Amino acid sequence: MNPVIEVRNLTKRYKDTLALDNVSFDIQKDTIYGFLGRNGAGKTTAMSILTAQNLPTSGQVRVFGENPYENARVLSRMCFVRESQKYPDDATPRHAFASARLFFPRWDQELADELIDEFQLPLKRTIKKLSRGQLSAVGVIIGLASRAEITFFDEPYLGLDAVARQIFYDRLLADYAEHPRTVLLSSHLIDEVSNLIERVLVIDAGRIIMDESTDDAREQATNVVGDAATIERALQGREVIHRESLGRVASITFLGRLDDAERAALTAAGLELAPVSLQQLIVRRTQQRTPHHDALAASDVTQEGVSR
Amino acid sequence: MIEEGKPLFVQIAEEVEDSIIDGSIAEEAQAPSTNELAAFYRINPATAAKGVNMLVDKGVLYKRRGIGMFVSPGARDLLLSERRSLFALRYVQPLLAEARKIGLGPADVADLIRVSAEPTTPTTPTTPTTPPTLEPSDRRTS
Repeated sequence: MNPVIEVRNLTKRYKDTLALDNVSFDIQKDTIYGFLGRNGAGKTTAMSILTAQNLPTSGQVRVFGENPYENARVLSRMCFVRESQKYPDDATPRHAFASARLFFPRWDQELADELIDEFQLPLKRTIKKLSRGQLSAVGVIIGLASRAEITFFDEPYLGLDAVARQIFYDRLLADYAEHPRTVLLSSHLIDEVSNLIERVLVIDAGRIIMDESTDDAREQATNVVGDAATIERALQGREVIHRESLGRVASITFLGRLDDAERAALTAAGLELAPVSLQQLIVRRTQQRTPHHDALAASDVTQEGVSR
Repeated sequence: MIEEGKPLFVQIAEEVEDSIIDGSIAEEAQAPSTNELAAFYRINPATAAKGVNMLVDKGVLYKRRGIGMFVSPGARDLLLSERRSLFALRYVQPLLAEARKIGLGPADVADLIRVSAEPTTPTTPTTPTTPPTLEPSDRRTS
């Protein structure tokens, strides 16, 4: 495989907060990634550094084999759709698209026009007066129509209703199928995006805790429900990531695969096995280390849908 | 349609297999392309491609250069015999396990299957088709 981004020992420190803690990973060409993690885990910091909008404290970033800093050759091949993109006060969506068209060499105006239509975006209203959902639509349209070789979507759906999100997902898949490229999609709606992404990159408290294919991730954990004592006996030596109980019945999520024989033995012992969705797996794995990490999450959510 | 627990590409392959088994895609007919599958099931094209490749490896589909994927001759028979050999494992054993749990033996299950399989004949409504043995299941004391 040939990586389009290589990150080595990347650290970012803000005063007394360690936003990125010595992370290393590669991003493969023409692959859709889910870049997942809790609020404050370091996703936006990482994407800002990869797109040269922020500087690392230490470590190395290579994009298309080059250092991205003030490197127009590299930057025009990347598009970063920020959750809170700032625009000039009197700018309209028309202005935003016109400048995107100048900046991105592979910009597709026809696609942009179709998307403007589908999202019913008012072109002449100033961006300041757009609703949160319309503002998100501006970013999504730029991200898709730029056809950049690497596109970062940082929670692109804020304020978008279910219909608009489905338009985004469908358009992303269709356009990716015809024009394969690398996409990093950061999202909290893991269930919604889990079928779109080929690989998952999970960051937790500034560290990468998962970097694997979505298929592998889905098979990583199993949930078993039944008599608590029987389960404890059966699962000896397994790594348990979650445990709940109701009377004598326990529900336990553990890591590791089961072969057919193990599966049959557990079923024969009266235990019920259930798969663990990607969302559940990531919730379990990111709540272990950071139980109180994020009191700010709630305030983020209330911003949704608020007209600006 | 799409469920957890089975790898997505396997599910996609099985959807295509079902269409071949029920005849909606005939042998030697063109199979849906990777991108068509991806758009229809709303999944990553790489995942759809993995499912299609699995069917090629199995000999169910074959590639015609520059045109697309086609259903191999004999694919339907191949799939039928595979599905039949998996039938006991996938359907009969879970059925028996649940039956055991609620106190029904294999003979009871066989009777139930026979009754359920009967066409909805205009039988006299005075003979309710109750499950043959309900008593043994009621093992709860107290």
